[in-house]
Amino acid sequence: MAAPDAVPGAARAPLPGPVDEPVPPRRGSRSWTKLRSNPVALLGAALVLFFVLVAALAPVLPVADPTATDWLAVRKAPSAAHWFGTDEIGRDVLARMIWGAQASLLAGVVSVGIAVAIGVPLGMMAGYWGGWTDAAISRVTEALLAVPFLILAIALAAFLGPSLTNAMIAIGLSAMPIFIRLARGQTLSVMTEDYVEGARAIGLGHGAIIGRYVLPNIFPPILVQATLTIATAIIAEASLSFLGLGQQPPAPSWGSMLNVAKNFLEQAPWMALWPGIAIFLVVLGFNLLGDGLRDALDPREL
Amino acid sequence: MLGFIGRRLIIAIPTIVLISIFVFALQKLLPGDPVLAMAGEERDPEVLEFLREKYRLNDPIPQQYLHWMGGVMQGDLGVSLRTRQPVLELIAEKLPVTIQLAVMAMTIALMIGIPAGILSAVHKGGWIDWLANLFALSGLSVPNFWLGIMLILLVSVKLGWLPASGYQPLATDPLRSIQTMLMPAFVLGTGLAATLMRHTRSAMLGVLRADFIRTARAKGLRERTVILKHALRNALVPIVTISALLFGELLAGAVLTEQIFTIPGFGKMIVDAVFNRDYAVVQGVVLCTAVAFIAMNLAADAAYRWLNPRMREQG
Repeated sequence: MAAPDAVPGAARAPLPGPVDEPVPPRRGSRSWTKLRSNPVALLGAALVLFFVLVAALAPVLPVADPTATDWLAVRKAPSAAHWFGTDEIGRDVLARMIWGAQASLLAGVVSVGIAVAIGVPLGMMAGYWGGWTDAAISRVTEALLAVPFLILAIALAAFLGPSLTNAMIAIGLSAMPIFIRLARGQTLSVMTEDYVEGARAIGLGHGAIIGRYVLPNIFPPILVQATLTIATAIIAEASLSFLGLGQQPPAPSWGSMLNVAKNFLEQAPWMALWPGIAIFLVVLGFNLLGDGLRDALDPREL
Repeated sequence: MLGFIGRRLIIAIPTIVLISIFVFALQKLLPGDPVLAMAGEERDPEVLEFLREKYRLNDPIPQQYLHWMGGVMQGDLGVSLRTRQPVLELIAEKLPVTIQLAVMAMTIALMIGIPAGILSAVHKGGWIDWLANLFALSGLSVPNFWLGIMLILLVSVKLGWLPASGYQPLATDPLRSIQTMLMPAFVLGTGLAATLMRHTRSAMLGVLRADFIRTARAKGLRERTVILKHALRNALVPIVTISALLFGELLAGAVLTEQIFTIPGFGKMIVDAVFNRDYAVVQGVVLCTAVAFIAMNLAADAAYRWLNPRMREQG
């Protein structure tokens, strides 16, 4: 956060001399130190970083073409030539795993991006203006929350048509109500702070108050929730792809690899092993990182 | 209490209306002309116009909604495009299967989650706590459909202990029915157990700090009695609420679990409907789950007030 240093509650003191803009308390650097000294959170960050690197470097890594079939090497067990084995039409499983990381991470990040981009402004509007705006937004949020996350995503994916893009939209819209609710609650509590009152008193407009005082202060819990929701979204994408509603063949995705693998459990168990382990590790990474961020950013711990 | 339930029911009405608008709007998202899809090869403009009139597609959209909603209020959720069976009948037929799965899964979840949560809270910071947290975090991170596939591989394929599929209704063959449901219920239950364990742990930690626990210990009660009688009883109040709220997770989990173990329940019906483009069924399912979820929420709130005398007095 760019705001200069200030002790919490400083804004409460009578403003001396030329009117300074009230400054919210800062907790950036202390949280960073706290996060860095938490080995579990670092493990999470390392797991996430590993998969991000794998996904980003997929085009340059020396692996086989993930869609190239080899009828002479169908369902071969892991070996020196194919470290992770081959699938039912002789494609290299390792290559498909590496390219599949792209689909999983993209789905996690993009869908949470959609949820945050729509949900946070709506929640802030509801919390900031209250009244009818709040009533309308809150009712819609409750209605969306009443439909279980995955069922809403399946229904949306069904009506939008099966594709990775639509799965991301469906997951994003299904995750949106969590962010509306969170941003609304956080905005409501920030609005009672003295520095917001101070900002109003010196005549700042709505835009300036929201941008400079509300948003930076509701940001930490939203970051934590977003990190944890990426974990949920990755599982949701894998679930939709597993059901055939996400990434379409022959493009690789961990979920759709599992869908095929379940038909060859007896002959080629490795096909089912790797994608599951990868989903587990990347989701675990985001969960650990999210928990660590929560501990580091929790103002009650200060 | 009745006043409370009545007030909550009135609040629930706008939510349900909004959900119904959303569910109705879903079919408007569909690309293409529904009449052309219905008519198949038929392209006679008169026939198409007749179909449009018959399904009221020429009416303004708000009017179409009111007509559809009028039907829904009388239990008419439309007809499955595939089996021509009324949607409500179809749901009523599949629901008992999923309820059996849900009850078995919840039992397993409670049997693992609550003791693990208690142990972890009592030994906070110790290796039991560490182990329980590791279990919970793994449970939250593992995709449960993959866990199901791995269990089939281990228990059915390699060991041959339990069948991987072949569901039997509880009424015709209870033993076989429970046998085939055991693995799916375990898969579904462990995920929920993780959530339950985390909530039990934090509820217990909260209660263990309370003054009455110190008093109970000061009286010289055995630690066992303090934990199980005094602390757990009070911690159970939020846990009951959470268990009811896990219903949504249970239903969503059932979709994948039933798919893997080929159980002909509610979840498999949704997926089949999606693939058969049986939109009336998808709409009916979303509407029914939402209403059921609201009902579960209400029941949880009522149970919370009933279990917590302090809230009861507030009326």
